[in-house]
Amino acid sequence: MELFANLLGRMSLEYFPKEPATIGAAIGMPLAVFGVVGLLTYFKKWRWLWDNYLTSLDAKKIGVMYIAVGLIMLIRGLADTLMLRLQTAVAVGDQAGPFSTDTFQQVFTAHGTIMIFFVAMGLMFGLINVALPLMLGTRDVAFPLLNSISFWLFAAGMILINFSLIYGGFSNGGWLGYPPLTELQYNPGPGVDYWIWSLQIAGVGSLLSGINFFVTIIKNRAPGMTFMKMPIFAWSVLVTTVLIMLAFPILTATLAMLSLDRTLGMHFFTSLAGGNPMMYINLIWAWGHPEVYILVLPAFGIFSEIVATFSRKALFGYKSMVIALCAIMVLSFIVWQHHFFTMGAGANVNAFFGIMTMIIAIPTGVKIFNWLFTMYRGKILFASPMWWFMTFVVTFTLGGVTGVLMAVPAIDYQVHNTLFLVAHFHNVIIGGVVFGYLAGVAYWFPKMFGFTLIERLGKLSAALWQLGFILAFMPLYALGLMGAVRRLDHYTDPAWTPFFIVSGIGVVIICGGVFVLVLQIALSIWKRKSLKAGGDPWNGRTLEWSVPSPAPSYNFAVIPHVSERDEWWHRKQHKLAHAIDHYQDIMLPKNSSIGLIIGGLAGIAGFGIIWHIWWLSAIAVVAIISTVIIRSNVEETEFTITAAELKNAEAKL
Amino acid sequence: MSTLHETQLANQKTELGFWLYLMTDLMLFASLFAAFMVLRVGTNGGSSGVDIFNPQYALLETFVLLASSLSCGIALISARFGKLKPAVIYLVITMLLGASFLFLEIREFALLVLEGNSAASSAFLSAFFTLVATHGLHILIGLVWAGALLYSITKKGLQPRVLHKFGLFALFWHFLDIVWIFIFSVVYLIGGLS
Repeated sequence: MELFANLLGRMSLEYFPKEPATIGAAIGMPLAVFGVVGLLTYFKKWRWLWDNYLTSLDAKKIGVMYIAVGLIMLIRGLADTLMLRLQTAVAVGDQAGPFSTDTFQQVFTAHGTIMIFFVAMGLMFGLINVALPLMLGTRDVAFPLLNSISFWLFAAGMILINFSLIYGGFSNGGWLGYPPLTELQYNPGPGVDYWIWSLQIAGVGSLLSGINFFVTIIKNRAPGMTFMKMPIFAWSVLVTTVLIMLAFPILTATLAMLSLDRTLGMHFFTSLAGGNPMMYINLIWAWGHPEVYILVLPAFGIFSEIVATFSRKALFGYKSMVIALCAIMVLSFIVWQHHFFTMGAGANVNAFFGIMTMIIAIPTGVKIFNWLFTMYRGKILFASPMWWFMTFVVTFTLGGVTGVLMAVPAIDYQVHNTLFLVAHFHNVIIGGVVFGYLAGVAYWFPKMFGFTLIERLGKLSAALWQLGFILAFMPLYALGLMGAVRRLDHYTDPAWTPFFIVSGIGVVIICGGVFVLVLQIALSIWKRKSLKAGGDPWNGRTLEWSVPSPAPSYNFAVIPHVSERDEWWHRKQHKLAHAIDHYQDIMLPKNSSIGLIIGGLAGIAGFGIIWHIWWLSAIAVVAIISTVIIRSNVEETEFTITAAELKNAEAKL
Repeated sequence: MSTLHETQLANQKTELGFWLYLMTDLMLFASLFAAFMVLRVGTNGGSSGVDIFNPQYALLETFVLLASSLSCGIALISARFGKLKPAVIYLVITMLLGASFLFLEIREFALLVLEGNSAASSAFLSAFFTLVATHGLHILIGLVWAGALLYSITKKGLQPRVLHKFGLFALFWHFLDIVWIFIFSVVYLIGGLS
């Protein structure tokens, strides 16, 4: 019995959920998973799923999986929001809210973590995978297998974070888990460990993706595509990958140190034995600030493509856009201290970081004006991606203005850690990142599946999001100025309640926006025959629109030669018909389940560490290393499509 | 089969990707170095660097690791000239020296822990053990990789594919050398003498 108990680490029955809300989630989520499994089995779709998606090394398929996970997690994160706002609408004075303080804390921690790591990052990598290789005129990313491994590490992190709902509970330490609250002394349970290891595993996946896309852009561009002829989206990805490669190792190291404190009793960030919690706050923001630019820059790239396409004009100020991206790349690393002006760095340090933060508004402003000037005198078509762009410009600019406001340390002292801050960063992250990636999904959806999404529902979704956003967050600005601190599960001033209720209504409207989005996808799949899109449904400018929709697995039958910045537009304008006469054999990577295996093993290793089941983690790590060694000795990793087969395939399209 | 040109291109990509990976690893070490410098004073009234570090011993470790890098270089050059036997012999020497380094490091750690200076004793020791052990862990991974490489060389001979991997391994091994030089300077010299 003793031995058996040791085999299970610190697992015990007491870690099953006890509150009604968490019990509901713990029952509902497995039911949903079983439902999906059941449907797949009933329709005999497992083989199809396995061959076409789970083991595929085709970047476009991996991208679709990222986007699917991102959208599902968006719904999960939104459900968290509903719980938070329900609580704050009720819990005032003598009244208690429906959730205990601990549950409330877990919910806001999960909300932040999921939205940043599994929604924003997921949609970002998804859209990069779908669009980047096509835009660069190449058949694939530089390392297709690594791409699959990245996705499955991301998925393993996602599963761990959601599994905490069923068993063990999640961290209550906020999305960045500041010590000493997240240290062993105050938080001995498994919640913080779930948080650490789900981010750690997903973070390694992101890091590998960063390397992969960087090499793809450097080495895989079509002949003739110089750096200054690359689509601006590719530039934004290039800059983002540089930020990923520089910032994510800091996250890995920081989380590792926190984990060592928690599992081996070390003292990096404890308030005892010489540890220094401030060092954690510096390190995590040295990653965290670049991270917000990692999220938003590809969204800027997407908007640059969308605005140019739907204004029927070349992007205004391409060079200034590139310079602005590079400026942001540098500046984003020297502003991190503005997240904790109040934590005692002193006036001079605060002044430096305050000024740097204000300066970063300049390149961002350059971009806004570039987009507006692109629209000026353009023949604008207000398709649904443009609706997302319009909501973005208004929302994001407003968020930027409140950001510059808070860059003034004296003002920050007033609003630090209040709901004013919460309103600010939602203003830029929803306005910039969420609207950006939803625009990207609407824009590239026909390229992924060969049919467009129903336009009217897309516009309705954008309108609901915009309305809901205003109602949900404008009251938070006011509340912040009235002194409401963030992460508050109960308050005493009844004057705040109406604001919280309005904010809650806003959240409900946003939920309506997401519902319409899901409805849009479902109805469009239903009516896909009548929504069929040709290769170029938007009259696009860049190379991804030069191939049929959905893009064939090999992307381009013949690799294009590029002479202009907007190559596809140039060809259409000058009627450069692209008669293909000679095909060559091409090589594509074979499907591989290695990514799935490594992701699964990484998840098991993480689970073992969370529950102190050391033998399980050790076995999983050894298995990962063995898998890598075995794979590195596999010689035939590619298959050939012969010229004749290619010719047949093209003729059918 | 892929053409020669395609293979070259693929190798170029892998090499660039591997350099980038090394740079990200450098960022990881940089974070740990920063943590060490910050927490150096956090001795919690216990042992400080002057009390426990033995720079002569660390110098011995340094020479062992540098020697393994030298033999790794010789092994790679031999392999590129198609000389199988010296390539194998020097690779084995590299592994032996790497393992000796690891042994010396583990011995040092064990002695420290026996004296009551474990990673959980103070923030300073947490930072020290973590930084140095992370390097040691890399050496261990390098040894496993070298073993796999040795297997490929003896099994398949010096094919282009194997040579390419050999080059990457050598990069990794030299990189660990450079990181160690910084550990020697920052931890054992600055931390142990001042």
